Amino acid sequence: MSYIPHTEAETGEMLAAIGVDSIDGLFDAVPESHRFPSLDLPPPMSEMEVAAEMLAISEVNDHGQDYAMFRGAGAYHHFIPSVVNHILLRGEFYTAYTPYQPEVSQGTLQATYEYQSMMCALTGMDAANASHYDGATSLAEAVTVALEVGRHKRRKIILSHAIHPQYREVARTYHQGRDVRIIGDRGQAGMIELVEMLDENTAMLAVQYPSFFGQIENIAALAEAVHEVGALLVVVANPMALSLLRSPGELGADIVVGEGQPMGIPLSFGGPYLGYFAIRRKYVRKIAGRIIGETLDADGKRAFVMTLRPREQDIKRERATSNICTNQGLMALAASIYMALMGKNGLRKVGELNYHKAHYAAERINQLDGFSVDMSKPFFNEFVVACPGNVGDINRALLEEGIIGGLDLGQHYFHLEDHMLVCVTETNSKEEIDHLADVLEGLS
Amino acid sequence: MLQPLIYDIGAPGRIGVNLPPSDVPEAEMPVDLLREDLPLPEVGEVQVVRHFVKLSHLNYSIDKGLYPLGSCTMKYNPKINEDAARLPGLAQLHPLIEETGAQGALYLMHELQRWLGEISGFDAVSLTPAAGAQGEFAGILMIRNYHLDKGDGQRDIILVPNSAHGTNPATVTMAGMRVHELPSNEQGNVDLDALREACQGEMRDRIAGMMITVPSTLGLFESTILEVIDAVHDAGGLMYMDGANMNALMAVVKPGELGFDVMHYNLHKTFSTPHGGGGPGSGAVGVNEKLRDYLPGPIVDVVDEADESGAPLYGFVMPEKSIGRMKAFHGNFGMHLRAYAYIRVYGDSGIRDVTRYAVLNANYLRAKLMNTYKLPYPRYCGHELVLEGHFDDVEEVHALDISKRLMDYGFHPPTNYFPLIVPEALLIEPTETEVKEDLDEFVEAMEKIAEEARSEPDLLLNAPHTAPVRRLDEVLAVKQLVLCCAPALPAAGE
Repeated sequence: MSYIPHTEAETGEMLAAIGVDSIDGLFDAVPESHRFPSLDLPPPMSEMEVAAEMLAISEVNDHGQDYAMFRGAGAYHHFIPSVVNHILLRGEFYTAYTPYQPEVSQGTLQATYEYQSMMCALTGMDAANASHYDGATSLAEAVTVALEVGRHKRRKIILSHAIHPQYREVARTYHQGRDVRIIGDRGQAGMIELVEMLDENTAMLAVQYPSFFGQIENIAALAEAVHEVGALLVVVANPMALSLLRSPGELGADIVVGEGQPMGIPLSFGGPYLGYFAIRRKYVRKIAGRIIGETLDADGKRAFVMTLRPREQDIKRERATSNICTNQGLMALAASIYMALMGKNGLRKVGELNYHKAHYAAERINQLDGFSVDMSKPFFNEFVVACPGNVGDINRALLEEGIIGGLDLGQHYFHLEDHMLVCVTETNSKEEIDHLADVLEGLS
Repeated sequence: MLQPLIYDIGAPGRIGVNLPPSDVPEAEMPVDLLREDLPLPEVGEVQVVRHFVKLSHLNYSIDKGLYPLGSCTMKYNPKINEDAARLPGLAQLHPLIEETGAQGALYLMHELQRWLGEISGFDAVSLTPAAGAQGEFAGILMIRNYHLDKGDGQRDIILVPNSAHGTNPATVTMAGMRVHELPSNEQGNVDLDALREACQGEMRDRIAGMMITVPSTLGLFESTILEVIDAVHDAGGLMYMDGANMNALMAVVKPGELGFDVMHYNLHKTFSTPHGGGGPGSGAVGVNEKLRDYLPGPIVDVVDEADESGAPLYGFVMPEKSIGRMKAFHGNFGMHLRAYAYIRVYGDSGIRDVTRYAVLNANYLRAKLMNTYKLPYPRYCGHELVLEGHFDDVEEVHALDISKRLMDYGFHPPTNYFPLIVPEALLIEPTETEVKEDLDEFVEAMEKIAEEARSEPDLLLNAPHTAPVRRLDEVLAVKQLVLCCAPALPAAGE
């Protein structure tokens, strides 16, 4: 019986101890009219058969091992050192649960504390939580914090259109039941226009860094304008880009959120990922989700524990600001291992490889007839290419040549028909980039 | 401290990964945009491995032993599912790939949607919610928007029993609605009189729905569940089932057939996906025809029926009146594929055994422990049982002390102090994957602890004695609020 270990004899002994004739007799409280329905499911399978079926399903997909990958847009194909997976596969980590009992959970607790510390280092913030579901929900939770900080008197939320379109959708899903206005992203407002929208009713303004289009803008001036009206600056940042760029904290951000997937987490068709959330110390009591803090045990030994618990739903119930219960524990562990392995020197080097390869690709593509790259602002590892024709057609042609091309921006932005968002990472060799440029040249 | 912090080991210049040199010319860097310092650790590969292995030794886990944490369903996580999740065609699949390039993944999701619907008796399922709490949030938003569309925007009250998980009332608030709490009666069921009074009184036209856990958070089947559902439906409300305890229901009863309108599943409980030290979860949500168009999206559907080769084309669609996206992309796919493999193993004839043996194990513990510990509800339980963790003759011993002492006997403690309506609650959920020998050892440990409580209560009060650390000062943690050990960075405006 698969993962059920009972022998018939044992089952008999257990039933006798309970004093019931059969297991089915334990279900008397279930309305008889609805008890024991049959299920239209496929028949059982052995492990051998399941393994074969999963392999067959996986092979139908076009994936990053068989193709040269030039697609990013919020999910990135980076190198993951072997150590990450080996540690994640330790049952002590992946088959444990929330560290409600800290005495037997110090492994998870310390690893999470270290994760929080490294996220603070990357973002330039004072505190980070143990994570949210993904970058999009981290942004939605940042909106909640901003509303709390503004004591629900400030009801305007300004989002840049250059934040990932799905992140903005999720922020709207989260706050549809609340008295809040989310504006700023319907057109193509740039930094100056965003600043013009600020007023005394604004709770926060959010930008992406680098933007969804890959561009890097100096947000220091923006921070000043936001703070002038008493609002919060929220920055959605790609942590991989922060290996090179000045930290949002240094530039004046109040909350930094984003997607931790680039650091040691596979693409996995969109999840599970890692929503990181970092904040200035003065707002730390307003944040949702688990936070790990340092303390002492009864013998005075340093140890770690979930802290500021009274904010959370299981204690505060209907007065909690969020219902979040789990975090992305194992994904935070993956990011921790990744950041520890790369460290101060390695992460910068990965960042540089991304930067140089993306710029090499951009230069090559920009020289092609009919294609032009938007180089108006500095960029990290993604850039926008204006194409001579339909991006869908171009991507079909690339796929035949073993290349997964950039994202069709026209599907997300009306004004960007025939534009492609190309991503180049350290995993793309010069050969792959040259091949991409050569195939594109043949299409122009 | 047991293992130094990662920041406290290593040496300047050390690096844990060997990276290739650049094979392209170097581009000019925008110097004024670059950071000066990156204060991350500097450790070697072997150091990193040992650091995390040592940390892992400080954890208790299912792979180590019985983990009877009530309401969390800590069942065995099959190893084959971990292998499957790491297949390149699944692990390296980009979420924004053309749908024609993801037919394997979409087929899997489509099957899983159908199977989950079949198991619970619902017409449609969305896999997008990232965790149970997100499934709840999706469900309540759907109920809200359903009433809004019918011109019933004044329906803003969700009834919640006082035995509910904390996520239930917190969810209602997040959706901008109000909680009306219902008392429980002495059998642990919802107090029907109080429910009817709410449904028939002046609140009637404001009732949007009710959230209820089945079996209840006490591990008991609500014997009056059909009356509860009728009362709420009569008032014009919809019924939400918290599916956290679905491990007690599979092929025993379909919530959709009982009359529920919407429920969430916890793939990380019922369907064996690993808990990961606190996540990731996965919280699919199922609905009947009333709410189908409101599901969070995208969901997978057949977008083009079978061609000559016989394979239909699967694609993502947004339901017509969808409450929207719950997260970026389309749910925790890595969890979907594990749940798929899990259901595939048990199949039509086996899935009921999961529930049957989960309930057998819980009732066995109940029978063995009911003479040693106070059993507040003397009847068959579902997949978990609640005991009172205190003794009338030793007042100083509390449930928490019993839990901490269990660690010394090599077990993870049960859930403490939940449900809130039972004094000194110990909520024990063994799950179906536990073997009888281990259950007997657990019983023996619980009996010894009850004896110790009388003979040597200090053993309990000062427990644990053999865990990596002793009890922690939680007040100090809040007072000093040390949340981060990274070297401080210069920050603007400070």
